[in-house]
Amino acid sequence: MVTWSRFNIASIVFGFAFLYLPIVLLVIFSFNESKLVTVWAGFSTKWYVQLLHNQALLDAAWVTVRVGLISATVATVLGTLAALAMTRYTRFRGRMLFSGMIYAPLVMPEVITGLSMLLLFVAVGLDRGFWTLTLAHITFTMCFVAVVVQSRLLSFDRSIEEAAMDLGATPVATFLQVTLPVIAPAVFSGWVLAFTLSLDDLVISNFTSGPGATTLPMKIYSQVRLGVTPEINAVCTILIGIVAMGVLVASVVSRRREIQRVKDEQAAFAL
Amino acid sequence: MKSLGSIRRSFAPWADPASVPFIAVRNVTKKFGNFVAVDNLSLDIYPREFFALLGASGCGKSTLLRMLAGFEQPTSGEIVLDGQSLAGIPPYRRPVNMMFQSYALFPHMTVENNIAFGLKQDGMPKPQIAERVDQMLKLVKLDKFAKRKPHQLSGGQRQRVALARSLAKRPKVLLLDEPLGALDKKLREETQFELMDLQQQLGLTFVVVTHDQEEAMTMADRIAVMAHGKVIQVATPPEIYEAPNSRFVADFIGDVNIFDGTVSAAGPGAVEIATEAGFKVRLASAEAPAVGTKAGLAVRPEKIRVSRDKPSCAPLNAAEGEIWDIGYLGDMTIFHVRLKDGKVIKASSLNAVRAVEDPLGYDQQVWISFDENAGVVLKD
Repeated sequence: MVTWSRFNIASIVFGFAFLYLPIVLLVIFSFNESKLVTVWAGFSTKWYVQLLHNQALLDAAWVTVRVGLISATVATVLGTLAALAMTRYTRFRGRMLFSGMIYAPLVMPEVITGLSMLLLFVAVGLDRGFWTLTLAHITFTMCFVAVVVQSRLLSFDRSIEEAAMDLGATPVATFLQVTLPVIAPAVFSGWVLAFTLSLDDLVISNFTSGPGATTLPMKIYSQVRLGVTPEINAVCTILIGIVAMGVLVASVVSRRREIQRVKDEQAAFAL
Repeated sequence: MKSLGSIRRSFAPWADPASVPFIAVRNVTKKFGNFVAVDNLSLDIYPREFFALLGASGCGKSTLLRMLAGFEQPTSGEIVLDGQSLAGIPPYRRPVNMMFQSYALFPHMTVENNIAFGLKQDGMPKPQIAERVDQMLKLVKLDKFAKRKPHQLSGGQRQRVALARSLAKRPKVLLLDEPLGALDKKLREETQFELMDLQQQLGLTFVVVTHDQEEAMTMADRIAVMAHGKVIQVATPPEIYEAPNSRFVADFIGDVNIFDGTVSAAGPGAVEIATEAGFKVRLASAEAPAVGTKAGLAVRPEKIRVSRDKPSCAPLNAAEGEIWDIGYLGDMTIFHVRLKDGKVIKASSLNAVRAVEDPLGYDQQVWISFDENAGVVLKD
């Protein structure tokens, strides 16, 4: 049994409080009876009920989900291809430049990305709306997918691809039947990352969306400027719930798989 | 049933000028940038042969194997398989299969699906695939493990899955890259014989790459000893061991004592060398180097006798020394004998008698001697 020193306990409590106190407050006040956000007047779920009747907010949520699904999917395809190109063709001209350019959006201030996209869309005469928003999200999430997939590919054993080709699989068949299934977990986590980033993006969305394509973060932000309502707290609580569920499910699944793997290996050597 | 020995003993297509090689490597060179991995190499491998490419790491043996499989293209030269040039043919259209050193099993597929993979690529009908997979599983004795995934298997089982997978398509040639490298010693010895039996049973041509000389000696019909991208000698295991064509091969295969000297007399069928160690040697030798040329003389430790008494052949093929070190291995004893000039000679003797009354001990003055046909003259 590990004994806990007072210092350790204090640092854990302080650390967690620092991280989660604001969120806990937000969740608590979403169940507040009062319309005043900071004054507690008893428990109620009425803001959640009201939420269901706020068509503007629901529309924004629907736009957010659609943009997230489409952009995450396209970004995953492009990001995976970029990662493949960078790990497989290590000797082409300008590779350093190419890989640097893929990573640039990771550190580029969002304001600049957003502004440059806006300028581009205006220059080519594209009406701003749902599709410009989706395009912008694809652009900035793609590099995250590329990074995740590339790190998986670096530890990928190329000999299994050679084995597949040796057994008569064409390069395309090899990719679909061997490479892709093996790197699928990384591709999937790339997708989840892209989806999450798209969900909560505010800055780039503000620059690139147009009338009729308001995302949830944009909606929340514009409402907050008129004052924080408990309704907003309720929306945020739901979002937190969804994200927390996602994280929980993902960690339980990976934990189970780990346990199963250890069991399998023990079974193999016990024979 | 005919024993494998009776088949093997009569198997020597390389000695028959009428036989046609199955794989012909013609002046193949492979460069990676400035590095020459395979250097103007030519080889013939015959049908049903168990052929070993033996060499230290970096000698080009794996590159040659990868060129046979189609993963690398020769920079120049040509490889012909069964009368057909392999130039420009991608790996997935070659009638050869390879067993990888790392096994390269598909981690996301069961044992069954791993073995079926190649058959599915050929579009074989499902019932036939199932039948063939079953057959392969029985062949490698893994029928109980069909539904397992590779990570649920032990190293030896994985090796057998890899073997079954590479044999499933019934390739004309099976390429094996260090097939036993990852197994422990005991399992390796068992598997060597299993591989030999399998090769005879299926009548396939095996090309195996290995750095383990014992493995090559045990399994192969012929061995190509490679160094720096070149083949130094191609011969049967006994020839490689007893008649190495060069100092490199003599030194690389097994233990050897090499005496340097000068040819002092050369007659028909015999040659005399004055060694730098101070004694004269007369050897039976088909070739007679010119008198006065430098020559090396290789004698294997087991062909050297160690005795307390002066041997009858002295002073020819014999020298005096003292016992410097003794290694008792049970079945045999290894003596290190230090000659007068300081050179230490290795000699091994079989412990055929259970208990020797008066064994040779440390610092004892002894004679070493060997027969006229015990050694080989090395010209280089």
